[in-house]
Amino acid sequence: MNFRLIFSIAQSLMLARWRQTMVAAFGVTFGIAMFVSLLGFMSGLNDLLDGLILNRTPHIRLYNEVQPTLKQPVDMAEAFQDSYNFVKSVKPKQERPEIYNNAAIMNFLKSDQRVLGIAPKITAQVFYNVGVIDLTGAVNGIDVEAENSLFNFQDYMVDGNYIDLKNTPNSIILGKGLATKMLASIGDIIQLTTSKGERLQLKVVGLFQSGLQDADNTQSYASLVTTQKLLGESISYITDIQIKVKDIEMAPQIAKEYEQLFNVEALDIQTANSQFETGSSVRSIISYAVGITLLIVAGFGIYNILNMMIYEKMDSIAILKATGFSGNDVNRIFTSIALSIGIVGGILGLVLGLSLSLLIDQIPFNTPSLPTIKTYPINYDPRFYLIGICFSLITTYLAGYLPSRKASKVDPVIIIRGK
Amino acid sequence: MSHKILEAKNVNKYFHDPLTVQVLSDVSFTLNRGEFASIIGKSGCGKSTLLYIMSTMDTDYEGDILIDERSMKGLTEADLALVRNEKIGFVFQFHYLLNEFSVLKNVMLPALKLGKYSVAEIEHRAYEKLKMLGIESEALKTSNQLSGGQKQRVAIARALINDPLIIMGDEPTGNLDKKNSEIVFDIFKELAEVYHQSLLIVTHDGEFAARTNRIIEMEDGKIISS
Repeated sequence: MNFRLIFSIAQSLMLARWRQTMVAAFGVTFGIAMFVSLLGFMSGLNDLLDGLILNRTPHIRLYNEVQPTLKQPVDMAEAFQDSYNFVKSVKPKQERPEIYNNAAIMNFLKSDQRVLGIAPKITAQVFYNVGVIDLTGAVNGIDVEAENSLFNFQDYMVDGNYIDLKNTPNSIILGKGLATKMLASIGDIIQLTTSKGERLQLKVVGLFQSGLQDADNTQSYASLVTTQKLLGESISYITDIQIKVKDIEMAPQIAKEYEQLFNVEALDIQTANSQFETGSSVRSIISYAVGITLLIVAGFGIYNILNMMIYEKMDSIAILKATGFSGNDVNRIFTSIALSIGIVGGILGLVLGLSLSLLIDQIPFNTPSLPTIKTYPINYDPRFYLIGICFSLITTYLAGYLPSRKASKVDPVIIIRGK
Repeated sequence: MSHKILEAKNVNKYFHDPLTVQVLSDVSFTLNRGEFASIIGKSGCGKSTLLYIMSTMDTDYEGDILIDERSMKGLTEADLALVRNEKIGFVFQFHYLLNEFSVLKNVMLPALKLGKYSVAEIEHRAYEKLKMLGIESEALKTSNQLSGGQKQRVAIARALINDPLIIMGDEPTGNLDKKNSEIVFDIFKELAEVYHQSLLIVTHDGEFAARTNRIIEMEDGKIISS
């Protein structure tokens, strides 16, 4: 087939009606640009919101919890096997929150192929002494380097350097809200009292702001050794093991396995934060729906314009057919008009969408809860651009299909006789 | 020389809307190479209908049409388009030039579609046809810059570009004044006499018909003399 001829005719028809053609192409451009930038913006925000919780939450957390015994003595008495028993005499006993044999567990976890990394942690309840009053709160004893590599600890530092926590003995990083209450800044010495009454003086080496007000007002971080010293425990004392796995979808299954294997509580991220997953998937559905609606609207615009063009060009179509162009040729002419509008409009749309995204990326977005975010977040996932261009080609093709078919079926006799 | 280039065999044609009316009944005739024939008859006698059937554009008929001794019955739409492209040149009452293109490109289009020659050659041939019709100076204008007579001459050049077996005209002078009609007739005459081009022209202009070599007269869907 003579595609160059077909295309040159299509081109002439388009240029003869260049305003209409431009309006149609601009419809596509606008649709694609909005689709790409909206999706980039929405998923950027989504990632940000997810990251707010998910990035700093371990995929699996191993810990011990105070729990009542499952079988009360009365259940064991043979006489009451078939009865409903109310007597619950055995209360939960004092259990150490420590994970037993944690060094062996951690060694095992490090060799597990599914595990990305682990970070041990100690949670200690303390009172911060400010003048004559005490503020309740908690100190998290962390392995500074492991914590930073798994949970990007430094992103939440608003002052000071996280590594000082490891390098300076008896040091602490305070939540920003807490530091404000205690009138403490870097270099100051503050005093803590543990729940057992022991006192310790620690040097402030940094301030963090997690974005969660509750945490910023009560929590602080210290190294593992400092926390063990604070609690008067041995060097092997650890209350939590935080695990990041390679495939987050596997977390619930792995958690169950560890629970059995190590005889500890294991909480996976899906169970702990189920609302986030729901929220983020609903948000992406909404943005896809809006984007695709825009494209379909643009598609109808093209359909209208091609339809109009065909009515205007009835005579031309008739004479083309009379002089030897077949219905297929005419169909190809109008299909190539539609596809050219789709390709040009689509590519311009991607460019415009990218520039819009870059523009949004420059808009200041300062929020006290997210110290590291300075501008609106954008996700530049190439998949959005691919979907955008594919969708623009498909909608323009479909929009051109019906008018083109109509053009191919025009009977030249009726047109010519009608004159 | 009696080579048959066009033959109608017992052609019947009906219009079904709103009532079934027979427009052509049992029409048969042949046209030989080099003939300059005209079909005349009153309005509504079916002469244009016959022309459209002969031109393969109307396929809804009974009987058979042979162009260059090849039956047109049962050919696909694309095959018929090729036959029209290669063997038939059209001149209508209205010029049907495409305003989007220059005069030259209008003339070239059927040849470009046929693709028998290179583009440069087609352009050269188009110029020759335009020169033959005395309008080569208008080649680069668009068709809406031309006068009615000039447009019709461009349409004739377009009909000639593929050296067709036959030129069919449906009232080609119907829209033209006396002077331009004369020019168009002279062109047809010259084509027939100098280039031995076969022509089949539908007209209701008796004066025009009288000057052609053969008159086919129709009445009520039948040929009454040929």
